[in-house]
Amino acid sequence: MKNLVEVKNIHKSYLKVGMNFSGTRIQVLNGVTFDIEEGLCVGLIGESGSGKSALSRLILGLDKPDKGQGTIHIQGQPVRQWIKKNPGKISVVFQDFASSVNPMYTIREAISEPLRASGQRGNIDAKIDELLQKVGLFLDAKDRYIHELSGGQIQRICIARAISTNPKFLVLDEAISSLDVSVQTQILDLLQQLQVEMKMTYLFIAHDLQAVSHLCNKILFLYKGEIVEELHSGQLANVQNHYAKKLLGSVIPFEI
Amino acid sequence: MVGFWKRFKADKIALIVSGFLGIVVISALLAPFISPYDPTVLDIGNKFAEPSTAHWFGTDQLGRDTFSRILWGGRVTVLLSIVTMMCTIGIGIILGFTAGYFRGWIDEIVMRICDIMLSFPSEVLILTMVGILGTGIVNIVIATVIAKWPWYVRMIRSIVIQFMEKNYIRFAKVSGCSIGHIVRKHVLPGAIGEIGVLATLDTGSIILNISALSFLGLGVQAPTAEWGMMLNEAKSIMITNPQNMLPPGIAIFLVVAAFNFLGDSIQEALNPQLDKSYKIKRQSIFKRKKEMA
Repeated sequence: MKNLVEVKNIHKSYLKVGMNFSGTRIQVLNGVTFDIEEGLCVGLIGESGSGKSALSRLILGLDKPDKGQGTIHIQGQPVRQWIKKNPGKISVVFQDFASSVNPMYTIREAISEPLRASGQRGNIDAKIDELLQKVGLFLDAKDRYIHELSGGQIQRICIARAISTNPKFLVLDEAISSLDVSVQTQILDLLQQLQVEMKMTYLFIAHDLQAVSHLCNKILFLYKGEIVEELHSGQLANVQNHYAKKLLGSVIPFEI
Repeated sequence: MVGFWKRFKADKIALIVSGFLGIVVISALLAPFISPYDPTVLDIGNKFAEPSTAHWFGTDQLGRDTFSRILWGGRVTVLLSIVTMMCTIGIGIILGFTAGYFRGWIDEIVMRICDIMLSFPSEVLILTMVGILGTGIVNIVIATVIAKWPWYVRMIRSIVIQFMEKNYIRFAKVSGCSIGHIVRKHVLPGAIGEIGVLATLDTGSIILNISALSFLGLGVQAPTAEWGMMLNEAKSIMITNPQNMLPPGIAIFLVVAAFNFLGDSIQEALNPQLDKSYKIKRQSIFKRKKEMA
């Protein structure tokens, strides 16, 4: 299978707050390397502070790796260049749904924004209807503001907005973490169904192992800025790394 | 922005206040045509006249018509403070947005210049500027703008940075929206409320500032009418004729208060979550459900 995203030896450090002059830096990522094959769902799992969000920002081209420290390529081109050439072909759903949609936008405006940015004209309204149906929302939602919707509904809006431009690659940055459990399952099912339907590649970032193993074909364990284990979802029993073992052991057994 | 006007119009205070400020600005602009007397002509025989149909607000210690002086004074006070505010806010928005949006070395340079400017007390800076440039109305405006802009750049930059952290701006960047689109559609509408509040609040202090400089003899020169100056003239005869302080005092009070109310209303109208018509809409849905049941 062809690689869609290639992350090579990424290092990233941030300046410590208030240390502009002494130059004290905190190392967040220490040489992360992995590939994402086209059409797969790759899970990235790690505890808080392990560098998950920093990595997702780098892959989305929102941030640059440290100078000369690693590269990220999509289809053989540097990320930022690729995004510029293919607007709307990469998209993202964030954890914090409350700040994901501009509170001054109606849902119609929010969904039409990436459509217009990727150069789509014509019947955007019909497209929005189609998207809302796809993610299982009522059509009246179009003229509402986000404070009039529930968390699960907003996350559905974010998914509708993310898939509106038929992206090749979708980054789900803890997309279900702040939803309650019953809604999580619904959203997971929706994501799974959409992936098959639209032939998307997922990078699914989470700290919830159950959700990751449910959705993903390959799971990466990120620990202190390094990938410590790379597993296919069938091989969870063959974990070698100490941290990954601990994480697997921490899953609450589901028995009543 | 359609929603903004809808909510702004639904707010009664906003309408009253903007109507009042509109009248003040228009009457200031039209002062040469609508003022009943020349504001600088003396009529010593008719000094300290009571308010009457001939002199609506009475006359001052030199027999000048107070109503005409208020109208002409508004030209200086209100219009100049608005012009000053526009200039400061303009500089603040341009530099603050550039620094806050791009960060990095641009941010460092702009902020260090601001730090240098802010390390001078603004009153001293204004006095020095007026000393260098000479007295006069235009010089006061220039001096005030120079003293105030760094403060605005700082405030606006921090507002912009706070917005740049929002996920919807990250999403817009990822989906390939241009810088212009992000600034126009996301940052500016969000920031304009806070900037508007800053601006309207500070217009009040600029009005007082111009008046204070006029009192020191650095700004508006003697015969020209100006609210702060009228107040200061009235102060010297406060014991014998306190009523002379009322017209300019009330004028300053009302205009400053109106600007503050306007700031609040703009902020409320920009935020759909504070929508008053929305509550009404919900009520009606509730009623409909009751009827259906």
